[in-house]
Amino acid sequence: MRILLYLAIFGMVIAQSFWAYNENYETQKALAESKSLQTDIANARARLAVLNAEWAYLNRPDRLQDLVDMNFDRLQLLPLRPEQFGSVTEVPRLDPLAPSAQLSALEVAQ
Amino acid sequence: MIRKPLRPLALVLEARAAGQNPKDIERENIRARQEQARDASRSRAESRLLVLLLTFLSLFGLVAFQMGVLALSDASEPTSSYSGPSIVAQRGNIVDREGRILATNIDTYSLYATPQDMVDPEMAAKGLVEIFPELEEQDLLRWFTGKRKFLWVKKKLSPEQKQAVQDLGEPGLKFGPRELRLYPNGSLAAHVLGGASFGREDVAAAEVVGVAGVEKTFDDFLRDPARAGEPLQLTIDLSIQSAVERVLQGGMTLMNAKGAAAILMDVNTGEIVSLVSLPDFDPNERPPLPTSGSPTDSPLFNRAVQGVYELGSTFKIFAAAQAIDLGLVTPDTMIDIRGPLKWGKFRITDFKNYGNELSVYDIIKKSSNIGTARLALQIGAERQQDFLRALGFDEKTSVEMVEAKGGKPKWPSDWQDISTITVSYGHGISVTPMHLAAGYATLANGGYRVTPTLLKQDYPQRGPRVISPETSRQVREMLRAVVKEGTATFGDVEGYAVGGKTGTADKAKENGGGYYEDRVISTFASVFPAYDPKYVLIVTMDEPELATEIEPKRTAGWTAVPIAAEIITRVAPLLGLRPEIEPKPQTGVTGASN
Repeated sequence: MRILLYLAIFGMVIAQSFWAYNENYETQKALAESKSLQTDIANARARLAVLNAEWAYLNRPDRLQDLVDMNFDRLQLLPLRPEQFGSVTEVPRLDPLAPSAQLSALEVAQ
Repeated sequence: MIRKPLRPLALVLEARAAGQNPKDIERENIRARQEQARDASRSRAESRLLVLLLTFLSLFGLVAFQMGVLALSDASEPTSSYSGPSIVAQRGNIVDREGRILATNIDTYSLYATPQDMVDPEMAAKGLVEIFPELEEQDLLRWFTGKRKFLWVKKKLSPEQKQAVQDLGEPGLKFGPRELRLYPNGSLAAHVLGGASFGREDVAAAEVVGVAGVEKTFDDFLRDPARAGEPLQLTIDLSIQSAVERVLQGGMTLMNAKGAAAILMDVNTGEIVSLVSLPDFDPNERPPLPTSGSPTDSPLFNRAVQGVYELGSTFKIFAAAQAIDLGLVTPDTMIDIRGPLKWGKFRITDFKNYGNELSVYDIIKKSSNIGTARLALQIGAERQQDFLRALGFDEKTSVEMVEAKGGKPKWPSDWQDISTITVSYGHGISVTPMHLAAGYATLANGGYRVTPTLLKQDYPQRGPRVISPETSRQVREMLRAVVKEGTATFGDVEGYAVGGKTGTADKAKENGGGYYEDRVISTFASVFPAYDPKYVLIVTMDEPELATEIEPKRTAGWTAVPIAAEIITRVAPLLGLRPEIEPKPQTGVTGASN
């Protein structure tokens, strides 16, 4: 009986050490992975910062103004003027019957 | 285990035969057995104690060992925990109110030399001069062959330059990583941002420190690693700032002015949407401080918050507002304006003769010095000073820029009645355009004191009340009249009901002794829309002179006002203000509070 107990304990110790050994390697693997991910994140962040800076540089108002001047023949862009504000009433009105008419036609088709 | 009997028959018989008491044998045996049991339990207890001792010893040993390891090993970051964005060691970005980048960082390299590692100093010096023409070959060669073990060659390198230096293949030339502060918009909002430079430097890194503007004011905030590079959001709007700068620059050239400043501020929140001072500079290449000439002529000088000027007639509205608020007059009260007004040895005159008397409303509209002086005399020096203090004209503005400390208003050293008179029309007192913006915002927003700020506000500021809402309404009507039919008719922008007051002040000579006759500071302080003010715009021009056929025009009505009108035309749509038909003034109806 006692022998059996000893054997069981011994078996458990072996099993646990095997498990611990396994976990240790799993952890090391996860750590290495997280380290490389963090490097990736840092690189991506650095790249993002550079791209943001570049975006801001390319969109600086002075450059945009120069581009507008250069392409004036084609685009004819001018600063926004107060007269350009419109109101809803100026939007051409659609025939109020039209959508419902279409809808009923659709229903008939079905 | 075979138990030994306590009364073995053989011994008992033997004892009986010998005539001894056989009970002695039993007693003896019991004693022996007890002794044995005691010995056994003792040794068990001892072994248990030993185990316990070993256990404790090993546990304490473990703790001591761990402490030793901790004490002796180098500290390292725990690699398993989530570090997140907290390890971003960069200086925070500065963004505008829409989140567009005003200042950011890019990685670059610095170049340093360790002459003892050099293979061919002559070639290195020659190669470097080819890459950097501004370096002197002789100097480089002397340094490379001298006793120095370390020297900086260049603080910042572009990627191309770095590649070129690398191609020299000289092992004694080395690169140190650097973080460079970049202002992608160039000179835009240069005075607000200020600039940054390197603080303590090392081969591996250098700290970037702010040297002026918000970069310096918020240096700790921007460098705080705990904020993990969180951006600093300003109230400046990039596109509006750009439009204002463009118009002001054009206006400055047109008016032959040597400098100009403009401030666009929200009247309720005190948020500065645009702050321009011209001439300006590129914060990426911040020019050195001027060593000669007047520091106020340097591009680094911020005219909007550092420059204290006598702002002339723009001050008249303060006297009128106070007189109305105190109940001394109403806008319709007639004031005697016969001139010249003699006070001691001084003579106060008007730009031209406006007749014998004018209403307060017309005094502002036509900008009468004598009329304003009479109002100021009614108010008295004491109350006038209190009012100016209530508007914040006695201390530097609290705008979040280091330069604001330099903008301390100048009051007359000895305040006499003549000071009361001159101050009422903006002479003898010098304030910054920023003070004026805050003052006009306070008058326009219904009477609450406004503190200009560069940080986003969620709610309107409700500072101490300076004037009543009714006075504020009357003041706005007078300001509107100035633009509609007074001195600032060029300032009218259809749909935006601009109200404002012009000011043309002779420039005081730098080294004292009176005023220049042909040099002025012309200012236009405006609010729009006048019936429900949203923004205040201050435009100041330094020594403008509009050449015309008859005579050069310098007054604000000809110089600052048209430029302000153009600025409003350009920025009001960008601010999302839709042009509206102005409500008719309440003619013949007086408020119930009167």
